[in-house]
Amino acid sequence: MTAQEVRLCGLLLQEHFGEVVERIGTHLLRGGAQNLRTIANETNTPLDLVKKSLCVLVQHGACEFGSGRRGPGSPVEYRASCERVLRVLRYPRYIYTAKTLYGDTGELIVEEVLQRGHMTMSNTVKTVADRLTHNMEEGRSMEYSEVVSAFSKLVETHFLQRCPPVAEMGTAATSTNPATPGTPAASASTAPPTAESNPDCYKLPHVTLIGRGKRRRSSDDSEEQRGGKKAKMDSESCGDEGIYWQVNFERFHQHFRDQAIISAVASKLDQTSSEIVRTMLRMSEVTTTQTAAYTQPLSANEIFRSLPPNYSISRPILDQYLSLLVDDPMEFVGKSGDSGGGMYVISKEPWPTWRELHWSLWYRRGWCVCQSWFGSRSARIFRLLLRKRHLEQKQVEDFAMIPAKEAKDMLYTLLSENLVQLQEIPKTPDHAPSRTFYLYTVNQLPTARLLLQHCYKTVANLIERRLFETKENKRLLEKSQRIEAILASLQASGAEPEQLTEVEEMITAPERQQLEALRHHINKLDSTENQVDETVFLLESYIFSTKTK
Amino acid sequence: MAGLGRGRGRGKGYMSFSIEAVGIGKGENLPPSILQPTPLFPPMEHKPVPLVMGEEAEYMLALKQEFRGNMKTLPFYVRPAVSKKDVERYSDKYQNSEPSDNTLEWNPDTSLSVDTPVDPKPSKKTRVDKEEIIHKLETLEKKEEEVTSDEEEGEKKKQEEEQQDGEEEYDEEEFEEETDYIMSYFDNGEEFGGDSDDNMDEAIY
Repeated sequence: MTAQEVRLCGLLLQEHFGEVVERIGTHLLRGGAQNLRTIANETNTPLDLVKKSLCVLVQHGACEFGSGRRGPGSPVEYRASCERVLRVLRYPRYIYTAKTLYGDTGELIVEEVLQRGHMTMSNTVKTVADRLTHNMEEGRSMEYSEVVSAFSKLVETHFLQRCPPVAEMGTAATSTNPATPGTPAASASTAPPTAESNPDCYKLPHVTLIGRGKRRRSSDDSEEQRGGKKAKMDSESCGDEGIYWQVNFERFHQHFRDQAIISAVASKLDQTSSEIVRTMLRMSEVTTTQTAAYTQPLSANEIFRSLPPNYSISRPILDQYLSLLVDDPMEFVGKSGDSGGGMYVISKEPWPTWRELHWSLWYRRGWCVCQSWFGSRSARIFRLLLRKRHLEQKQVEDFAMIPAKEAKDMLYTLLSENLVQLQEIPKTPDHAPSRTFYLYTVNQLPTARLLLQHCYKTVANLIERRLFETKENKRLLEKSQRIEAILASLQASGAEPEQLTEVEEMITAPERQQLEALRHHINKLDSTENQVDETVFLLESYIFSTKTK
Repeated sequence: MAGLGRGRGRGKGYMSFSIEAVGIGKGENLPPSILQPTPLFPPMEHKPVPLVMGEEAEYMLALKQEFRGNMKTLPFYVRPAVSKKDVERYSDKYQNSEPSDNTLEWNPDTSLSVDTPVDPKPSKKTRVDKEEIIHKLETLEKKEEEVTSDEEEGEKKKQEEEQQDGEEEYDEEEFEEETDYIMSYFDNGEEFGGDSDDNMDEAIY
């Protein structure tokens, strides 16, 4: 947990959950596992607020509780997870992906679950149906069954998963999941169980939800009633109490990685080959775990059958494409056998393909960073060093075709910023300086980490700037909000146009301009955060892939 | 170190490696050494790359802002307690103070409570309502102030561990502190002379 990460987490918590939760959260992140009393005393917060904040954090998966270090008798300790809080940056991307895959319904389901942390299926379905109905035209409403089908599709493809059962404190006990009374007793473990350890992680509960979404009207009495069933729906419990669902972030990440592979193939080869790779990935989506080395081998026959219908290529051409993919130096696809017309796998291993791919994606980012900080020629040097691994000063000048003086200058700047490192190779055992080679090189992993920390710092700065801008212009923003509210209420109660224009003129023209500029700035800052997050994702997953071998 | 000793009499900067190897020629102007922290807003020599703009980016932007706005209205947004006004006014009694944070509308589901080893039956509580939670919190706070004894400790532990809110207060520290003696220092002499029977050759010191 670096200082930059903690700072960014604090800002994210503050924006989404308020200052109290931010204080408790950053305290936990900095201080590690602590119990309730310690937190309350050290943050000078009243106990009930601490409890509420901890509840909020646990609800959203940012904090876990477990038995204390002194053994089963000691007070419960809470541990916050930095990584989980940083995911908040990526929420819009998750929601957008759900929209592209499963339409508006999917989008709203994922959004609701993200907002609430953990939700039961029945709650989600009702809320989403209501929201969809609200946006539809008068007289139409959303069937629960449609929402349920979208929900089940999300669960089948593992984008949503059940929340893990609560860890036991000390001794072995049965899990408290009411839907599976037959689960074998979990052994006493001090590590909290992950969602995947629950065998029913992706099983839908048996719930019959019949009804339609309600439209919220200003007159609450006249609600759409359909045979009185809906009134009953609200009061009775739907039979899935205690089964909570959460978003499976790893699955989304896998999806993003797959998309990166597909676009890399498309840019290197062509559209058809990327379609083939996409088909292969889709077929093995659910069967491969995240850290698997290779996807399950797929036979060429299966691939041929599963190709989308509008890509009607004949069988021999498919074989040609596959062999092209196999022979490519990037080794996107590997051949693992000949049965069924040839078995093909997509390597997800850090080495060679996935690592190569990551490396190439990563190095592009590094190159872009280099370019934007130091200019395109420094970027050229950076790229050169990545390609050739180790080069002497003289060689750099020659290969990069940059005059010696400038090359030296740029190298030193890169060195001082730590993007490039110096490697000594002694000729003699006493490391005499006159008899040693000094080579410039790029250490990939440390440089990736450096860039990642820079990214976190960048996002934190962006958020702070946005908050600053908002605070500076608070008066103006409040005024404009008030005027909008007045306008809306006037329009609803049917006022003449003169009154409306009179109210509109309460904001003067320069103020309007100022507002416009402010909105433009804030949008830009927000949008930048989203884009920096893409780089963060890439770097994080590169670093992760080097850890797990 | 021998190298440093040799270098003391020379001109500026004797370094442990020969500077020619790295590429700095003799007498060349090196950039001046930095004696202060870098400026807060350093001048940018190169313009940054323009942002990616497009439908997707704009949609995600709208999603993000909407999400933030929604989070502020949800009960998860914990608001600090209202600070006291300067002077207590008579009308305070009759004015409705600003709505306390609506966290109370959201009841953490205590059916996810943890079973204790003592209680064999899984205690699955159904949703408790608002008053019960406040009541429980109040009783727990009262209990903190009472003097603890061993029995109450055990009972409290059991009750408290049944709640997900985690008001797990542990009073053993208080119990230990009530006595002036540190328990581990006390040696009641049971172990004396127990392990010397095997080897009688060495003297016992």
